[in-house]
Amino acid sequence: MKEGRPRSFYVLAIFFAAYTLFLYGPMIAIYVLSFQGPAGGLTFPMNGVSTFWIAKLFQGTGIVDLGAAFRRSLLLGVIVMIVTVVLSVAAGMAFRRKFKAQSILFYSAIASLIVPSIITSLGISLEFRIIDDLIKAHWNENFETSMGLLTSGLGAHLTWTLPFGLLIMFAIFNRFDPRLEEAARDLGATPWQAFRHVVLPIILPSVIGIGLFGFTLSWDELARSSQAIGAVNTLPLDLQGLTTTVTNPDIYALGTVISAVSFTVISLALGTIHVLNKRQAAKGSDAGKGLV
Amino acid sequence: MDTSEDILQQAAPGLIPGAGTARAAKPTRLSPSFISWLQAGPMMLVFLAFFLIPLVFVVIVSFWDYNEYQLLPAFSGRGYSDTFEGCIAQLPDLCTIAKTYLKTLKLCFLVWVITLFIGFWVAYFLAFHVKSKTWQMGLSLLCTIPFWTSNVIRMIAWIPLLGRNGLVNSGLVKTGLINHPVEWLLFSEFSVVLALVHLFTFFMVVPIFNSMVRIDKSLIEAAYDAGATGFQTLVNVIIPLTKPGIVIGSIFVITIVMGDFITIGVMGGQQIAAAGKIIETRVNALQFPAAAANAVILLVITFLIITLMSRIVDIKKEL
Repeated sequence: MKEGRPRSFYVLAIFFAAYTLFLYGPMIAIYVLSFQGPAGGLTFPMNGVSTFWIAKLFQGTGIVDLGAAFRRSLLLGVIVMIVTVVLSVAAGMAFRRKFKAQSILFYSAIASLIVPSIITSLGISLEFRIIDDLIKAHWNENFETSMGLLTSGLGAHLTWTLPFGLLIMFAIFNRFDPRLEEAARDLGATPWQAFRHVVLPIILPSVIGIGLFGFTLSWDELARSSQAIGAVNTLPLDLQGLTTTVTNPDIYALGTVISAVSFTVISLALGTIHVLNKRQAAKGSDAGKGLV
Repeated sequence: MDTSEDILQQAAPGLIPGAGTARAAKPTRLSPSFISWLQAGPMMLVFLAFFLIPLVFVVIVSFWDYNEYQLLPAFSGRGYSDTFEGCIAQLPDLCTIAKTYLKTLKLCFLVWVITLFIGFWVAYFLAFHVKSKTWQMGLSLLCTIPFWTSNVIRMIAWIPLLGRNGLVNSGLVKTGLINHPVEWLLFSEFSVVLALVHLFTFFMVVPIFNSMVRIDKSLIEAAYDAGATGFQTLVNVIIPLTKPGIVIGSIFVITIVMGDFITIGVMGGQQIAAAGKIIETRVNALQFPAAAANAVILLVITFLIITLMSRIVDIKKEL
């Protein structure tokens, strides 16, 4: 360990680099290909460089009503993100004490994460169909459906994002020093003040991480949406629909636009986390620096 | 100068008898267990409404009857009998459902072996060879970012590489290794496995890395000091201590592949049958009880696999 790096380091470094190339190479290929010239096809070589296909996408001359699907996905993603953050932080706080039904909630979250998405999705669609049938039979014959983006769709997405949120909260509170909070309470803070002014600022970077998971997982969600979203499609569903029919770079352009949103959100979140961490490092603790 | 008692009194009035009676007398104190319910209740409700009750409906509906266009809420084993059609009559040949599950298990096994191998060594590199915390963070992030982007896009991304006129084929033809472009690169079992590995190795890397960084480095040094070779340390120290991560990663990967229908659909050109795909096909044909019956079968098999694996490790202890 004192002398240079062992040979295994170089072997594994190359392995890691190959894995990274494997991860990113294909994605980069389609980002490049979405800038094909107007006569370009689905594969390399590039036939000129243009923004023809991306512009075409925004003109709405493509096969799908991209604008509407885009707005729907964005709306759902933002709502899922907010709900995921609030419910995960609240439940994470609850897990710091023992409470009844603790293990029920824990195992529900784990099960929700690993039960195959198609089953959850099918179950939600059956549930809403049965609710619809009941409403039609007993109250209103002309009732259409209770299924929709913000009912069954939102629920389906939450079954996917909440487990991640909860697990991140576990990770946060595993490292959290409860003495900070106790100190606040000893100084007379109410539980809410202790949370608002002590706990929340400390965990904020990770909470933004939960938001990042909430939005991106919803923005790209497909399997659970497939049966549970109702009559309208989200962007990933439209994209999946295109895979069987399209023969020109439309689909890459759409992929690039969707990814651009993902990368914008990722950079915003990571940037914010970075700034917050820096601020915490710079002036996070004033312990022992006087009583004022 | 303040006396220490004054300071204490300013800081925490409640500590001095008689000083903070106003606060202590505050009548509306919520009990801790009520607060816990308020905090955890909303999430519990979401799981109840959108996960637990739907699962119950899947089981119930799997025993309902159906005709061409609607559900008939009457007890029937038709969902199951349709699914297992010919399983006894065709013996010793395998019926469709058995063949489909065998194929799904085969895909599952291939993906599991490959993701475990890649995941283990990627995590090993990150945990043991990357010494600086900043680099460790940066490289972990590099592995995580694709997970935050769309799966379908990451599947489509293989088309320009693997297609008939894709980069791989044209490269191979140019170098003279093959005369004609090979067809099995895309819309085949090969491309399905490739895409699944591409998408889900992440689920293996994270838990294994998590287990590895918790290993006390002095254990490894002790093994070296006791004369163990690198290989012996790996087999006798690192792998046993990494087992929880390996099991958790394996559960993720196996359950994802068992229920997958999107990757298998897109990368298999909608031609490959799989456990999840049957459910989708039945739903599209509006045969909900048959879809539900298939979901129950898939659930039972997945549950069996998880139980077997969690025999090896207590999941709750590892989080």
